[in-house]
Amino acid sequence: MTPLLGVLALQGAFAEHEAMFGKLGAATVEIRQSRDLDQQLDAIVLPGGESTVQGKLLRDLGMFDRLRELIANGLPVFGTCAGLLLLAKHVEDGDTHLAVMDMTVKRNAYGRQLGSFFTRAEVKGVGDVPMTFIRAPYIESVGEGAEVLARVDGHIVAAQQNAMLVTSFHPELNDDLSMHRYFLDTMVLRRRSGA
Amino acid sequence: MGILALMTNDRYELNKNLAQMLKGGVIMDVTTPEQAEIAQDAGACAVMALERIPADIRAAGGVSRMSDPKMIRGIQKAVSIPVMAKVRIGHFVEAQVLQALDIDYIDESEVLTPADDVYHIDKTQYSVPFVCGAKNLGEALRRIAEGASMIRTKGEPGTGDVVQAVRHMREMNRQIREVAGLREDELFEKAKQLEVPVDLLRSVHDNGRLPVVNFAAGGVATPADASLMMQLGAEGVFVGSGIFKSGDPAQRATAIVQATTNYQDWDLVARVSEGLGEAMVGINEGEIAVLMAERGK
Repeated sequence: MTPLLGVLALQGAFAEHEAMFGKLGAATVEIRQSRDLDQQLDAIVLPGGESTVQGKLLRDLGMFDRLRELIANGLPVFGTCAGLLLLAKHVEDGDTHLAVMDMTVKRNAYGRQLGSFFTRAEVKGVGDVPMTFIRAPYIESVGEGAEVLARVDGHIVAAQQNAMLVTSFHPELNDDLSMHRYFLDTMVLRRRSGA
Repeated sequence: MGILALMTNDRYELNKNLAQMLKGGVIMDVTTPEQAEIAQDAGACAVMALERIPADIRAAGGVSRMSDPKMIRGIQKAVSIPVMAKVRIGHFVEAQVLQALDIDYIDESEVLTPADDVYHIDKTQYSVPFVCGAKNLGEALRRIAEGASMIRTKGEPGTGDVVQAVRHMREMNRQIREVAGLREDELFEKAKQLEVPVDLLRSVHDNGRLPVVNFAAGGVATPADASLMMQLGAEGVFVGSGIFKSGDPAQRATAIVQATTNYQDWDLVARVSEGLGEAMVGINEGEIAVLMAERGK
């Protein structure tokens, strides 16, 4: 059966993620309110955007506790940029949100828009991946439960912990499907076949 | 290898990407660090730093220019979200100043007094991104050809009257649908009519949309206005005078953010519209002396 992914669609680049997963044959549904979480979802995707906006709307729209519980109970989640910030247990100089993943994150770590950049780097288990960083954070350190998947210039830019996958870059902005495929194959489909 | 060595020169793509990250959000005009914090706390996805909000620019008259860099720096320090600022149409030195300030987005804006009545800024010469206003597809593609990486409607600023933003959004999308339906061999004549480069027109034809993100701007004052613009195809909303000229800015800003995210939910828009206090008084289109949308075509 086709997996159904809930893409948080409060603000940011959610349509881009939907298009990427669509190309891989997965179905997506937009999550804009608490009732959207009532569906039988196989995973959650937290897109890039502004984490302060998304974090506030999660609370204002009454979805925060539900979503946190789903992820804490093992629902696979893929967070990119702002999504990574939402998942982090520790944020330097900033508020935490869902706080489920053992890592410390630095916001706007490369500065303002003039610091945004593109590069390519190796991601463990995935290969050489194009990476677009837009006012991006990076991961200062991960806790014991989390594994580093990629570094750029010495800084951690991708990591995973159980069924949580995060990148500080935006795989949804390039044509390369490998990060999305990795999430589907190793976290979503494996969990379904194991269940 | 250091990050700088790995960087590509494709700033334009990165600048279009930042606009993609703002989608579905509300960009708010602010004049002080305190207002910027209120906007950020209310869920703004970016702020536009300017000395006077459009309603006051309109009331004060005279020449309106780029804001004091000191004030812009103050706002950059106060918030973590992107900070935008306006330059006068054609004033390429104001744009140089803003790039030197490490601004996140420059708005080459008809809200300020134009510095050049013929030429827009050659935006391809800058590393920072530009957003420009457009009433129709021709204006949009000319601005994009000049290097704009984001487009917004030129709804009449500082009026609280949404009619022009609606007109521009409808016209833009009507023209996009028309271009998408043309035969390939009809694109050359259409490009001539619209006075735009044919390669940009072909991109619109092939993709059925502008090559950059398109926001609504001008006259948005209520949650219902925001939802209206989103339902008409805007990918996000600028709110200028509508918030800090109203009775309770924080509450109104929060309500507009929620209505923008859930613009298709009639119950939610109804709920957040309750008890917001005074909206900005507003001026009707027919009552204003200067039509700013006529600046810069």
